[in-house]
Amino acid sequence: MTRKQKRLAVIAGGMSFILAAVLLIMFAFGQSVAYFYMPGDIAKANLTPGTRIRLGGLVAEGSVVRGEGSTVSFKVTDGNTEIPVSYTGILPDLFREGQGVVTEGRFAEGGPQFTADTVLAKHDENYMPKEVADRLKEQGLWQHTEEGKP
Amino acid sequence: MIVEIGHYALVLALAVALINSVLPVIGARRNDAGMMELATTGAYALFVLVLLSFLSLVWAYEASDFSVKNVWENSHSAMPAIFRFSAVWGNHEGSMMLWLLILTFFSALVALFGRNLPESLKANALAVQSWMGVAFALFILLTSNPFIRLSPVPAEGEDLNPILQDVGLAIHPPLLYLGYVGFSVSFSFAIAALLDGRLDAAWARWVRPWTLAAWTFLTAGIAMGSYWAYYELGWGGWWFWDPVENASLMPWLAGTALLHSALVMEKREALKIWTVLLSIVTFSLSLLGTFLVRSGVLTSVHSFTTDPTRGVFILGILMLFIGGAFALFAWRAPLLKAGGLFAPISREGSLVLNNLILTVSMGSVLIGTLYPLVLETLTGEKISVGAPFFNLTFGLLMVPLLIAVPFGPLLAWKRGDLLGALQRLYVAAGLALVAGLVFFYAKNGGPVLAVLGLAAGFFLVFGALADLWYRAGFGKVSVSTGWKRLTGLPRSAFGTALGHAGLGITVLGIVAVTTFETENVVEMTQGQTVQAGGFAVKFDGMRATKGPNFTEEQGHFSISRDGVQVADTWSSKRLYTARRMPTTEAGIVTFGTSQLYISLGDPMSNGGIVVRIWWKPYVLLIWGGALVMMAGGFVSLSDRRLRVGAPARRAKPVKAYAAEAAE
Repeated sequence: MTRKQKRLAVIAGGMSFILAAVLLIMFAFGQSVAYFYMPGDIAKANLTPGTRIRLGGLVAEGSVVRGEGSTVSFKVTDGNTEIPVSYTGILPDLFREGQGVVTEGRFAEGGPQFTADTVLAKHDENYMPKEVADRLKEQGLWQHTEEGKP
Repeated sequence: MIVEIGHYALVLALAVALINSVLPVIGARRNDAGMMELATTGAYALFVLVLLSFLSLVWAYEASDFSVKNVWENSHSAMPAIFRFSAVWGNHEGSMMLWLLILTFFSALVALFGRNLPESLKANALAVQSWMGVAFALFILLTSNPFIRLSPVPAEGEDLNPILQDVGLAIHPPLLYLGYVGFSVSFSFAIAALLDGRLDAAWARWVRPWTLAAWTFLTAGIAMGSYWAYYELGWGGWWFWDPVENASLMPWLAGTALLHSALVMEKREALKIWTVLLSIVTFSLSLLGTFLVRSGVLTSVHSFTTDPTRGVFILGILMLFIGGAFALFAWRAPLLKAGGLFAPISREGSLVLNNLILTVSMGSVLIGTLYPLVLETLTGEKISVGAPFFNLTFGLLMVPLLIAVPFGPLLAWKRGDLLGALQRLYVAAGLALVAGLVFFYAKNGGPVLAVLGLAAGFFLVFGALADLWYRAGFGKVSVSTGWKRLTGLPRSAFGTALGHAGLGITVLGIVAVTTFETENVVEMTQGQTVQAGGFAVKFDGMRATKGPNFTEEQGHFSISRDGVQVADTWSSKRLYTARRMPTTEAGIVTFGTSQLYISLGDPMSNGGIVVRIWWKPYVLLIWGGALVMMAGGFVSLSDRRLRVGAPARRAKPVKAYAAEAAE
């Protein structure tokens, strides 16, 4: 191989690595990105059961039921629509009725039952997941009490 | 009064930074020694002023002066002194003060150690540091002033976010910022070199110690943050692919690439333009990280209450510096001459491969982190890109690097012998595979891929040892000569070996804990026993206690193996009274490098409690490896300590020279 050919080979090698990386990233986006929905969007969204999504909203008052073992069921609401959610595991410290929550998981075949494998309620007592807060503001349900700061 | 002095010192610092931004550059243009000299004095003055300002804020926290709004919002008189101290940077304003303090600290160090630098380079670099000083001092004064007073004075503070009431806060942010902001030095040198239009091997020799120091601190900061999240959040995870974690990982990846490309530039005068570009990219990623964390566009543990003007301001700083740097680069880079040639299979070639893989995998993290933001801005759709994406892309892209690392140091500069390197490494590779298999069968089970993962980790460790082994010439010369040659090797050789072996240890920890971890979520009543990791964990019951600013429900667990009690631990749920905020304090028991991790869930109506018990085998290797990498960084730094800023190579004793030639 001449020097020029060698250099071409090196450049081609580098380019193909980058190309492979780009394809991999695109494939991974198709595989593992979860879209965010509020309970009201679900009916319109036409989801195939088993698609991994994020479901966010408020934990409906009085809906939290602790079942056998560590399974908990509750309802996620946007004020109009409620979606029943079941989750096995330990809920975050800041999970409370009436508070914002984001759950990640899948809908069961043929039913409105949502099975979550992840429940997020973040690290601040006034925390409202950003996605949820934005949507509640849009829908005019935002009732965030401003702290009494002078 | 003290607080006002601090406030005033910050304003003065802004003024000094403004002067220092302009005059040295003019001096460098006109070749005016006096004006260039000003940069040094200015850098010291700037550091002293910012330090004064920072200390006054520390004083306000230690004295619990709640007339200062920032103190009132983030402190409480019942907090222990150490937390009152670390609370200074446990909030947005204070953390920006820390950022500025560390920036000026590095400027002062450059001024101190850069006595042998060419005057114009030093003046320009310090001026660039001052530009950033201006930007961030303005940012603090205009949007995030920590010195604002309150009237009437509140009697008690609002307390610090309980998650942050931990020694982790005292260690993690300073280390992280030393790393993040440390990269500003290589950035400033790159800009200064572009302004000067002069770039040679000596430049790389000046920049490398700074890069190495920043890299070492960033490694420590990330590892510390990861361990903190692991023990404090109570979820048992050590890396969540949270955007903020990614924000610190990206400069680390780019910085690692920079460390290696600067080596090529220093030794062979090749990859000049690329190295300058990487210096710019690395610090740009640090700035991007600051923007992501501070602007509130992301939700995470790290985003404090924010207001939009701050985000816009930081975005402005970001665009100004990154845009300006790239424009300057595009304008000046074509003037730089390309350096030495090398064959694809050579030390240089292997370092190019290292750079290719590191930057591409950094790119995958960057895309995954920014894509949701971009998509939401453009279409309003909200998506989450989480661990599955990053594990697939980043994880897969890094694999070739893990295999290639041990080859690099064994290849010669300019033209290497791959077959020779293979021959030297087949023992290490064979041993690694055997070790992987043994480990796997001893633990019986898991996916077969784990064997390869473990083997890759062992290969990195054995490969690093093999490198030292062949450099010392063991097997060819007598043991005593070999030993003498080993101890005579330059420290940077040990630094390299430690860095690579540390990476291997971290890989081992990651693979082992992901493969062999067990998790039990059970409902336990008093006296009940659960098996985990070969231990019997018995729940002895709950008790209620009180801390200085929290109440606590503690559960006691005794751990026994084969009927003999070996340890016991408390796992608890705390309620911080000032903020009415609950936290989980996991009970963690260490056995060697493995840990039993017990965290409490909700109490049941029948008097029992939900308990989550993990067995995390070899989990400590993850951070142990990072410690070894850090040690490598410090050992390498100590090698070149005397050479920092020394433009001319001093004559070396013949023996050391021979060792270096063997590199």
